[in-house]
Amino acid sequence: MSNIVKREDFSVISPSEGNQEFVTIKIENQLFGIPVLMINDVLNFQPITKVYLASPEIRGILNLRGHIVTAIDLRCVLGVEKDETLDEEMIIVIEEAGQWFGFIVDEVGDVISLPDENFENNPGTMDDKWKKASSGVYRMEGELLVVLNIEALLNTLIS
Amino acid sequence: MDELLEEFLTEANESMDVLDIEVIRLEQNPDDAEIIGNIFRVMHTIKGTCGFLGLPRLEKVAHRAENVLGRVRENEIQATPEIVSLILETLDRIKGILVSLEQTEAEPEGDDDDITDRLDAIYNGDAGDAPSGEEAPAEENTSESTVEEEGLTAEAETPEEEQAETPPPKPPVEEKKETAVAKQPAKEGGSIATQSIRVNVDVLEDLMNFVSELVLTRNQLIQVARNEQDSLFTTPLQRLSHITTDLQETVMKTRMQPIGSAWSKLPRIIRDLGNDLNKKIDFTMIGEDTELDRQVIEMIRDPLMHMVRNSADHGLESTEGRLAAGKPEAGKVTLSAYHEGGYIIIEIADDGQGLNTEKIIEKAVANGLATEEEMRKLSDQQIHLFIFKPGFSTATEVTSVSGRGVGMDVVRTNIEKIGGSIELNSVTGQGSTFYIKIPLTLAIMPALIVESAGERFAIPQLSVIELVRVKDNIEYINGAPLLRLRNHLLALTSLRDLLHIDTEEENKDRYIVVSQVGSRNFGIMVDKVFDVEEIVVKPVSTVLQNIPLYAGNTILGDGNVIMILDPNSIATTVDQDSAASESLADSDNDAEGFNENTDFLLFSAGQGNPKAVSLSLVSRLEKVWSGNIERSNNRFVVQYRNHLMPLIWANGQEEIPEENIEMPILVFSENEKMMGLVVDDIVDIIEQELSIELLSDQEGSIGSAIINGKATDIIDVSYYIEKAFGDWFASQRSAKGDAAEGGSKKILLVDDSSFFRNLLSPVLSVAGYQVRAVKSAEEALVLCEKGLIFDAIVSDIEMPGISGFEFAETIKAGSIWEDTPLIALSAHTTPEDLEKGHQAGFSDYVSKTNRDALIESLRDIFNASFKAEELEEELEEQGAA
Repeated sequence: MSNIVKREDFSVISPSEGNQEFVTIKIENQLFGIPVLMINDVLNFQPITKVYLASPEIRGILNLRGHIVTAIDLRCVLGVEKDETLDEEMIIVIEEAGQWFGFIVDEVGDVISLPDENFENNPGTMDDKWKKASSGVYRMEGELLVVLNIEALLNTLIS
Repeated sequence: MDELLEEFLTEANESMDVLDIEVIRLEQNPDDAEIIGNIFRVMHTIKGTCGFLGLPRLEKVAHRAENVLGRVRENEIQATPEIVSLILETLDRIKGILVSLEQTEAEPEGDDDDITDRLDAIYNGDAGDAPSGEEAPAEENTSESTVEEEGLTAEAETPEEEQAETPPPKPPVEEKKETAVAKQPAKEGGSIATQSIRVNVDVLEDLMNFVSELVLTRNQLIQVARNEQDSLFTTPLQRLSHITTDLQETVMKTRMQPIGSAWSKLPRIIRDLGNDLNKKIDFTMIGEDTELDRQVIEMIRDPLMHMVRNSADHGLESTEGRLAAGKPEAGKVTLSAYHEGGYIIIEIADDGQGLNTEKIIEKAVANGLATEEEMRKLSDQQIHLFIFKPGFSTATEVTSVSGRGVGMDVVRTNIEKIGGSIELNSVTGQGSTFYIKIPLTLAIMPALIVESAGERFAIPQLSVIELVRVKDNIEYINGAPLLRLRNHLLALTSLRDLLHIDTEEENKDRYIVVSQVGSRNFGIMVDKVFDVEEIVVKPVSTVLQNIPLYAGNTILGDGNVIMILDPNSIATTVDQDSAASESLADSDNDAEGFNENTDFLLFSAGQGNPKAVSLSLVSRLEKVWSGNIERSNNRFVVQYRNHLMPLIWANGQEEIPEENIEMPILVFSENEKMMGLVVDDIVDIIEQELSIELLSDQEGSIGSAIINGKATDIIDVSYYIEKAFGDWFASQRSAKGDAAEGGSKKILLVDDSSFFRNLLSPVLSVAGYQVRAVKSAEEALVLCEKGLIFDAIVSDIEMPGISGFEFAETIKAGSIWEDTPLIALSAHTTPEDLEKGHQAGFSDYVSKTNRDALIESLRDIFNASFKAEELEEELEEQGAA
């Protein structure tokens, strides 16, 4: 737990002040970003205990240094089909309101810093599932980065 | 020191520190309503607690100070520096008393009139609209009717005037106090206030989590070290291991609190309740220092309060009711807690009227929980369980105390939520006892680890009764799996089906985890059963909380995470309409049946046939070391539960074995009397119909029956009891030999004591009668309504509910049993009793303990009725002629 972060530190999501730092992740070639300060751990894929009767987005639970982490399949959350060829998925661990969640993604890339002026709200044409999971989009050179809204995403899973 | 007092001192000392600061802040901001409110509240709390603890002096001071503060709060008077200093002075006085309390556990001598008078003076400075309460003093203030400003100035002045009037007594007292206050604690330094600190619960939780983590890491290290012989790490690892264990235990201890802390409010509540309801209640608490996890204490605090209230309110009769029932005026409510095998048992007992079975039936039917017919088939015990159903309250009258809609179902839910269970035992007219079984801690509990389709799960050990290995003996009704378990059908469910586990793997459920939730039994089919592990329960994440089947998740010693199953919700899936239908099934009642199945305990003693005794006669199975057996007054006795219990050898032996061996004994008891029957070996428990094939003329044996395919001696418990206590059955039995003359006469035996029912049933059965035994007149009357015909009725007199006399009068008043001979069975056989019995309609009256007289009496009755018939026939013949 090298970088346990207090919630108030990542008001960085607010798109108005200077630059924001994101950990980039990829799902089906789409670039996503999670504010770097939210992230507790990045893990290589590891065995997950399946939880029967749980909704399909929930892959199961795993043990991270004594914490029970609920593993959530981001592909499933976003309605992206399963890719059977993937064998080295990665897990991004986030502590949210005292609970630990692991988001399973295709791959994890660099940490990048993005200027606020490049931020835009979710485009209206975006898929509903995506809209719920995202707080906006950054324009980057040659590519768009979708900012994941972890809190909202978890809320959709609870109900 | 009294724990309550100790708690109060810690709290009061803290409050004093707060008050010191707040009062001074008040002085600086005399108009700050928030500060005044704070001070008032703290003072009020102190006053309240003092009243509760019986500290009149403190209470008085705090009360007067509170009065003044109240007026300040209401903006009726201004917090002038004078008032503030007086309040501070009051605080010092309170502190002084507190110190003395801490040292001597009693309030110091003396009074505080000097201070209270001054406080009163301020309080009454404008006493016009003040409630003319207890302490309204003589001097009425006249400035009341004047303008407000004037009133204020008057108030501000009054204290000074008062002070001026009462200075002489003040200084010395104050002086003395001051020294007592200031010096002594400084010398000792280790007051209670400093010996305990308050720690945020979150910190403790974190600590607990870190320790769990440490334990896991330690376990992994040990695993690694095991593979390397003679490693350098072995010794330090062992040390680490020990320290970790100690640390874990210590951290666990920080979470433990005596259960008394959850009870502290109860005596007061009961007292007030007694006053409100006009009942005398004798409330006893036992085992207050039993420790358990504070989290658990929090969870049971409210349910307990509710149940204790219930016992006092609904359980106990009114004073008149008690006197009428011949009970002592004061009702008893006893709350006790004790450890039992990793759990805490909390008992709430009252000696009141017991649950009203009829009312429960009525209510259950009215609420549509079951039909009348279904309810009638249930045993009392099963009917009583209905009070735990949602929306159930038997009090037709809602008192201010209970019956506010928070029923026993909420209590049950709360208790089950923490992995506990609740049971009850109620005897009409004698009271009810509730048993709550809860785990010591929520954090760690024993759980059985099982595997199904390659996945492991934990099942809380609390609900596991036994494990059964099965081969092909699972049967199906319309696809629903069932297991025959000791002559009962056990509904089964498979983890695969429950959790919808799809696997290619062949279904190879090999074990049944027999579980019990409340009164429901069911079996969970699993593939494999591992060990019982102490697991650290962690709540499931919010995204999984919608799945009721899981009670939590946990990390096993090997680092894997598994889900913990919730037996309660499994039970509901197994049997949706559980309580009613399930219990119908197992009450295997054969309304018209005689000689119902009986559980027999088989044992061996000496040479010859195996021996058996009706299990219901045995109160306990125990083991004693022969070294502990003593010889006293030519009897063998052993100390058992603080009593001397006589021992008799079933094999007729009369010597204590020379070497110290462990011997199994069967304990029989009735009315506090206990005896132990020493046997060679306890073999089995078998359920089957009691049918005695051969009568025995051997002492100590009723006869022989075929049990388990073998001729077995049914022992005559009364023989041994008589041997142990010559006086238990005063009358000597004559030799046996009342041969089976009863023919097929049917006899109804009514007795509330299961002991006598079980004792007399075989006796009558031996004499050739068919016996139907019921435990109350109420039950007997149900049979009467059903139209069952008996040749004779044998009834006890002293029974809860309808007594034997009332019973006789009822059936003699035109029921279908009007002409059935009725024999009274009682411990009292004085001439008056006999007379009363005859008046009530009993044909004969025999002593409960004189079985031969009973047989004799029955024989007389049947002979007489036979003769009467003959006589009638004769008369008819004559008439015809």
